[in-house]
Amino acid sequence: MSLRGGLRRTAPKSQRGNLQSGAFLFFQKIASGAWCPRNDIRDDMTKPSLTKRIRSLRPWLGFGSLLAGLLLWQLAARMGGLPAFILPAPADVWSRFLRAAADGSLFVHMGVTLAEILVGLLAGVAMATILGYLVAKSRLLENLLAPYLVASQAVPLVAIAPLLVIWFGPGMFSKILICALIVFFPVLVNTVVGVRAVPPALYDLMGSLRATRTQVLLQLEVPAALPIFLGGLRIGATLSVIGAVVGEFVGADQGLGFLINVGRGQYDTALVFVAIFALVVMALSLYGVVAWFEKRLLIWQETSQIH
Amino acid sequence: MSNPILTVSALTVVFPDNNGGLRALDDISFEVCPQEFICVLGPSGSGKTTLLRVLAGLLPPSVGEVNFGDHQQPRIGMAFQQSNLMPWRTVLENVKLPLELAGAADAESRARELIDLVGLSGFEDNWPRDLSGGMAQRAALARALIHDPDLLLLDEPFGSLDALTRERMWSELSRIWQVRQKTVVMVTHSINESLFLADRVLVLSARPGRVKLDLKVDLPRPRNEDIRYTPHFGKLARKLKAAIE
Ligand SMILES: Nc1ncnc2c1ncn2[C@@H]1O[C@H](COP(=O)(O)OP(=O)(O)OP(=O)(O)O)[C@@H](O)[C@H]1O
Ligand SMILES: [Mg+2]
Repeated sequence: MSLRGGLRRTAPKSQRGNLQSGAFLFFQKIASGAWCPRNDIRDDMTKPSLTKRIRSLRPWLGFGSLLAGLLLWQLAARMGGLPAFILPAPADVWSRFLRAAADGSLFVHMGVTLAEILVGLLAGVAMATILGYLVAKSRLLENLLAPYLVASQAVPLVAIAPLLVIWFGPGMFSKILICALIVFFPVLVNTVVGVRAVPPALYDLMGSLRATRTQVLLQLEVPAALPIFLGGLRIGATLSVIGAVVGEFVGADQGLGFLINVGRGQYDTALVFVAIFALVVMALSLYGVVAWFEKRLLIWQETSQIH
Repeated sequence: MSNPILTVSALTVVFPDNNGGLRALDDISFEVCPQEFICVLGPSGSGKTTLLRVLAGLLPPSVGEVNFGDHQQPRIGMAFQQSNLMPWRTVLENVKLPLELAGAADAESRARELIDLVGLSGFEDNWPRDLSGGMAQRAALARALIHDPDLLLLDEPFGSLDALTRERMWSELSRIWQVRQKTVVMVTHSINESLFLADRVLVLSARPGRVKLDLKVDLPRPRNEDIRYTPHFGKLARKLKAAIE
């Protein structure tokens, strides 16, 4: 019991549930092995002991249902009479994973995709933030850029990905570009909205203290815009994974998207599953990093009353 | 008295709007002497906040001018109608902001001193969201005072305080004003408040704001609650009331 208490206390103290997708909660549940929003702790002290016992089991329920799911999958694959190239069993996927991990190829492909994602994300976010700030500050610039911004949103990136691969070749650069472009818009929009949402009265405060332009930027605009900006970053991080994979589908000789293509071509469906799981792990980790930053940077707005 | 620290002459502020502009202040002129405590009274929308924003240099006059005598750039401490704390800074960090911007060294210890002065000791590390309206206003007052400003501009700083705390803050503010020798322009809705604190009360008319009455408050200092029951206080209060209505 005391061990469990300790575990609980190391679990995230509170989650801004309304901001986080179910997928992430699920991920956290697995990652931390214990999921417990604050109200659990409070309820533990007031509710009768039966409820308490069920609650104390809750961290294990996630594991349980995951195991049950795997078992079902295994049964369906073995008993359903489906050939392995349509639905490989979890055990097949696992052994395919071990094989791909042993010869190192899986990690090479993961590394390539991860590099594309990170560089693309960074470049996209940097451009979108700078341009977003300027647009927020200048109506003229907003009016000049509006048609391009709207048009860029209307064109589905998936449709122009082949064009980018034709122009910039099948190497990493075209993927980085697709990533950056797909990340660009949500981050830009959230930067504009965030900067415009800075309370005018706080500009008055800074003005009355004769703050310099830089001080206004660093002490007022950045922290005030941060919550909305980070919301955009969270969306961008998720999209960047999609961007990289789309690019690799169109034309590449490395990366997880390429690996999926190879697996499909060779009826090596277990390999497709391995690549998909690798992508899921990467996407969730990326999301987790952004969410962690959000949590760290925005403690001041965490409301302890609302769950 | 000595030379005025602040001269407002023929000040008019017109906000652009769709039909010829909204006239918020109209031909306002007055002088403020060093260490004078001025209260501005007036109905809602009469341009009191606008006047303070012009004095703080946040809004250029449409017509007329504001002169600061020898101090071309007076240091300004401002408390706003809403407490206007930065929600991402703790109480302590909010209070020390003016010193931080000026690059002062002993920001932290002076901030603690002022937090103590406004009765917020123990709340230094709280987030603004955890403060009551009155506590937030006191924190804002501490922030307005911390960098030892030449000119204190207060926009209904005691609006959301309960009567008891408010009267305590009145004596506190008079004390600070006397000890630190500040010039204060304070907007208020309360006749009592203005008579407790001010050397002079300016009454603005409904929009567009004009100076309707410039009343010298010659009540003896220090003033306490009992002064409310003196005949002279009653006479001044009636004058102000008549001017407002
Ligand atoms: N930035 C602005 N742009 C346009 N109009 C404004 C602006 N600021 C104030 N006004 C207008 O000027 C008039 C005076 O406003 P102000 O806020 O100065 O009144 P006030 O005396 O402080 O009122 P209250 O007692 O309610 O605070 C109002 O009609 C208001 O709508
Ligand atoms: Mg006002």
